[in-house]
Formats: sequence, structure tokens, C-alpha cells
Amino acid sequence: MLFTQELLDKSSLLRKKWEDEVKRVVAKNPDQKPEWSTVSDLEIKRIYGPEDIAGMDFENDIAYPGQYPFLRGVQATGYRGKYWTFRMFSGMGTAVTTNERWHYLLNNGQTGLSTAFDFPTLMGYDTDSPKAKGECGKCGVAIDTIEDFFDLTKGIPLGKVSTSMTINPPATILWAMYCATADIQGIPLNQISGTIQNDMLKEFIAQKTLMCPPDPSVKLISDTIEFGTKYVPKWNTVSISGYHIREAGATAVQELAFTLRDGMEYVEDVIRRKGLHVDSFAPRLSFFFNSHIDFFEEIAKMRAARRIWAKGMRERYGSTDERSWWLRFHTQTAGCSLTAQQPYNNVVRTATEALAAVLGGTQSLHTNSLDEVLCLPSDHAVQIALRTQQIIAEETGVVNTIDPLAGSYFVEALTNEMEEKAWEYIHKIDEMGGMVAAIEKGFPQLEISDAAYKFQRQIDAAEKIMIGVNKYNVENEEVDIPLIEIDETVEKEQLERLAAVKRSRDSRRVKECLEDIKKACEKGDNVMPYCIEAVKARASVQEICDVYREVYGEYRDPGIY
Amino acid sequence: MAKKIRILLAKPGLDGHDRGAKVLARCFRDAGFEVIYTGCHNTPEQIVNAAIQEDVDMVGLSCLSGAHTYLYPEVVKQLRDRGVTDIPVVGGGIIPDRDMQPLYDAGLKALFTPGATLDSIVDWINTNIAAKE
Repeated sequence: MLFTQELLDKSSLLRKKWEDEVKRVVAKNPDQKPEWSTVSDLEIKRIYGPEDIAGMDFENDIAYPGQYPFLRGVQATGYRGKYWTFRMFSGMGTAVTTNERWHYLLNNGQTGLSTAFDFPTLMGYDTDSPKAKGECGKCGVAIDTIEDFFDLTKGIPLGKVSTSMTINPPATILWAMYCATADIQGIPLNQISGTIQNDMLKEFIAQKTLMCPPDPSVKLISDTIEFGTKYVPKWNTVSISGYHIREAGATAVQELAFTLRDGMEYVEDVIRRKGLHVDSFAPRLSFFFNSHIDFFEEIAKMRAARRIWAKGMRERYGSTDERSWWLRFHTQTAGCSLTAQQPYNNVVRTATEALAAVLGGTQSLHTNSLDEVLCLPSDHAVQIALRTQQIIAEETGVVNTIDPLAGSYFVEALTNEMEEKAWEYIHKIDEMGGMVAAIEKGFPQLEISDAAYKFQRQIDAAEKIMIGVNKYNVENEEVDIPLIEIDETVEKEQLERLAAVKRSRDSRRVKECLEDIKKACEKGDNVMPYCIEAVKARASVQEICDVYREVYGEYRDPGIY
Repeated sequence: MAKKIRILLAKPGLDGHDRGAKVLARCFRDAGFEVIYTGCHNTPEQIVNAAIQEDVDMVGLSCLSGAHTYLYPEVVKQLRDRGVTDIPVVGGGIIPDRDMQPLYDAGLKALFTPGATLDSIVDWINTNIAAKE
């Protein structure tokens, strides 16, 4: 019990008095609207008090940072020891252009790198594939072979800077390129650090960069977890992502529940398929959340996530190593909360969302640029977004104390409510036979579709407000944002680069390497060592993915709505 | 009873941002249209085949990767190459102003950009598209 009975009795008395007063005032001046809820439609009460959190147990539910259940953070020292990593997601055009942007960001005080790949790379196609036509370099950097990777990482100290790569179906290959590049530079694999997103379950649920069916997709992920555990101990081999689930239209609770259940699915697969002990690999699992516009809902979500993971790891998988219980996460502010209309307002939205992420205790943060809703961000817009983080860190004082909202009747009650609702989803998915089974039934996809449709209707009816979209609109607005354009010369250049690599490499060696990967796939062996050899021999992303597609089959989006 | 308007909703290219397409699929179904949604990652050729096979009254395209400048006109062109002139093609997404006219010139019948409400899209279809007899 957090409070004495005496205090609760007192509170009950005063609350009754307050309620009477509210009734009297509302009778004269009605509220602006009958219901008040979060952006995810979670109903919020007019006030919260001791009675809303009276059932909590201080030791088991709250405690201190660095203590189970890690509600208040995984690090004992909070942001005093180290701020979150300022990590801006970037990638465009060719590897050379992206390398320039990376140096620009590092020179501006960014502390970690994060790579955006173009669609052909994300989907495991080379620039010379007919499927890639028109897409090269548009949404990120085009990487076909390790030669592009050398250009991408030119002048970047791989042993010192941590690099995140948003790559999913071809994660084994891009990670192999990173490992091979380090190896060629003489940097031992146990010194490189970073993250590969490598979370296929959320691809089936939300983001839809798809290649092979769910089961072999999870197998490839377990390969990377196993390889990382043995040889690349400072690498986060999966970034279990709620970001895309949320962007696809999920509520905050759905994001929380589906993401954590995805994480549990990976844990179960590695234990079953690889026979590893949970505590040998779980400390390297990392997470990635969205920070949407509803301030307290986001903070509560992040706090609840830590507690759910800690409980789940201990109770479901018998983990005894505290580091396995830590939910460490990256955050990106919500792209879907930004508006093409009056785009400068996006700076304010992003700042609010970034503040929520910091109060929620994020370990790493990307802040969206004001123009990202329209195009790839300009240098200037990226700088404002990065400065937003720096202002929060170094001017606002919110970093002075850890988890400052703990003990707030409202924040604790909301955290509890979100945790409870998330567990309901998690148990429901357990009953379906796990996340792969749930995905095959279309369960998370349909839940998200429902939420997305409902939200769009609410926006159209102005029941939820987006400034500039359904309120305070500007007629015939002139948007004066300079749009970065990736023109066709990028595709032409990249095609020439790829052709040159294909001409100069030892094609017999490439063939042998691809044959080795095929055998490993067929036998169920770990593909990582073979991928590293193959990329060193200049095998391309698509050539290796074609092997995967051949052995495991190709997955088509069923288009569930 | 009048015949229902049949709509093919498709996502050309490699883009997987399907939130908009799926919201529209539901909206069209609720508005009384027949909807065929083919999921992500269709080539223009696959879309054109589906449009002809399903004998639809309209094709709606959604692409958010920036490749609309190539993919939308390509669908129109391939329909024409197959001798189909009675299936209008419309597109949606974040389409910069500078791309609008070239897309209309390429034969796109309508383009819906951020701020277009679901009802406004349904109204446009009811006004401009007729079910084939």
C-alpha cells in the first residue's frame, strides 16, 4: 500500500467535496466537450488522486532506477552520466552523398549514426532489377555491394561510433558488410557497436518490407542473435520496433503490446531453435518506440514497457540476469503526427514528442525534421531537429532528475492501465499460439486497421484535432519549403557503379559463396559466416536475397484490411 | 438495383506504407463500392492485369516513396498500350506541387493529397465514375 488508510479516508472526503463543486460549476458552464481522451482514444478522467494508485506496491511496482521492475529506468544514474544518443536517421542518393550528410551531422554534435536505405536495398533488390526502377536513392541510400559500403563509411571510425542500420529482410547481408568492412580495416568484431533493426515480425504487421515467409524470417533473425552473442557482443542484433506499428495506425496500447509480444517471440525462437540460454543473448535485445503527440500517454507507455519486459523476462523465461530484464530503447518522434499543411508547426510537435521521449527515459532519439512529411530533409531542417534534442538536454533542466513524473497520481495510474491492457493483448496472442500464428490469422493487422480507420474518421469529423488539417486551416497556402530532389542521374550513376563491380569481381568465387549460403540455408546452419565471405567477394544484396527467396520461398502481402 | 462501382486499389512499387490504402479500402467498402485491394508491392504490369481481369471502373494508386513520378504514369501508359481507355486512374499521397501537372499531363484523372477527407474522395468518385453496364 502506498498510502495509509487515514490518508485515503481524508482524500475520499475531500474528493467528494471537489466533485460537488465540479457538478455545480458544470451545471452553469458545461465542459467544452463531453469526453476527453488521448489521441489513441483512451479515456482520461478529470482528475486522479491517491485512490487511483492505492493498490500499488512500492517495492514491486515502483522502486528506484536500476532496480526491478525498472519502471523508473534501467540506469542508476539517469541522464547525469550520459545523455541519450542523439541519433538522426539519414540516408539519400548514393553512398557518397550519405557519407557527406553523416559527416555534417557528426560535426554538428550528433553522437551516433543511423542509416536509411532506399527501397530496393530494403527489399533485397539491386538497382539493376526491373523492380527497382524509379526508386533508387529516393527514400534512403542505395547499397548494392560492399564497395558502396566502403564509400558509406569513409572516414567514420567504426570502432568508436555506434551505427544503427534500419534494415530488415536483408539484415544478415548489410550486417555482414559492416562486419567485413571492420575486419578489412583491422578492427576486431568485438569492438564494433551498433544496431540492426532486423525485426521481421513488425514488417508483416506494419511496415511491409517483405521477402520470405514468417518462419524462415525469424530463423534468419535467430542466426544473427546467435552470431552476435558469440562474436559481436557489443552489437544489438534486433531492434524490436513499435515505431512502424504505430505509424500504421495502431493505438499506443497496441504498439506497446504487439512490440513486446514480438520481442517475446524472438526470445522463444532463439531458446527453441538455437538452444541458447535466455541470459546469454537477451541483454543485447533492444527496442524502438514511437513518440506520438499525446504527451502523457507516451511517457506512460515507455514506463509501462520497461515494467512489462522485466516481469516477462523473469516470470515467463526464468531469466536471472538483470541485464536481460532491461528494456533499452531508441525513440523516433511520430512522422504520422506531422502535417504537410503549415509545415513549420511540425517543429513544435517534434519538440513536444521529443520531450515525452526524454521524460519516458529513452536511450537514443531521432527527431523528425519539419519538412520530412514532404520530402527528404534539408540540411537546415535536420539541424533544427538535432538542435531540438540539444536544447532539451542542455537548456530545459528536465535531465536534472530521473523519472520526474514518478509518483504522479495520473502518470502512475495511466502507466498501470496501459500495462494491464497490453498484458490482455499479450495473453490473447499467447492463446493464438504466439505472434507468428497471430500474424497468419491477420489479428494484429486487423486490430491496427480498425484503429487507423477510426482515427481517420475522427479527423474528418474534427473529433480529434490536427491543427492546419481540420482546424485553423489556411486557404490556398503557399508552402515555401525547399524540396530536395533525388533525380534520375542518381539511378544512372548507381547502375554504372554496380556494373563496374560486377565486371571486376571474380565471378566464380561469387558463385561458390552463393552456393555455400544456399547449403547453409538448406541445412539450417547459421548463414552469417557465409554472408561475410560472400560480401567480401562482392556478392550483391540481391544475389544473396535471391538465394533466400529460392530456398525459403517468397512472401506476398495478403493485403488484409 | 444499380450496379456497384468497382474499384481496384493498388500500391505500385516497393513502398510498404499501406495505411492510407487500407483506410480507403474500408471507406470505399462502407460507401457501397466494390473494392479489390491487391496489397503492397505490385508492378505496373500486375496492376494493369488485375484492372483488366476484374473489369474495374477505376484504379486508385497509392505510393509514398517518391516513385510516383515514374510509377503512376507507367500504369496509365500500360493500360493504353493494352487498348484500355475506359478505366480512369487516380493517385494519392504526398505529391509535391511541381509533380502535379506532369502527372495530369500523363493521364492521371485525379490526385488526392494531404487534407483530402474520405468523404471528399467518395464524393468525387460518385460524381465522376460510373459503374459499367
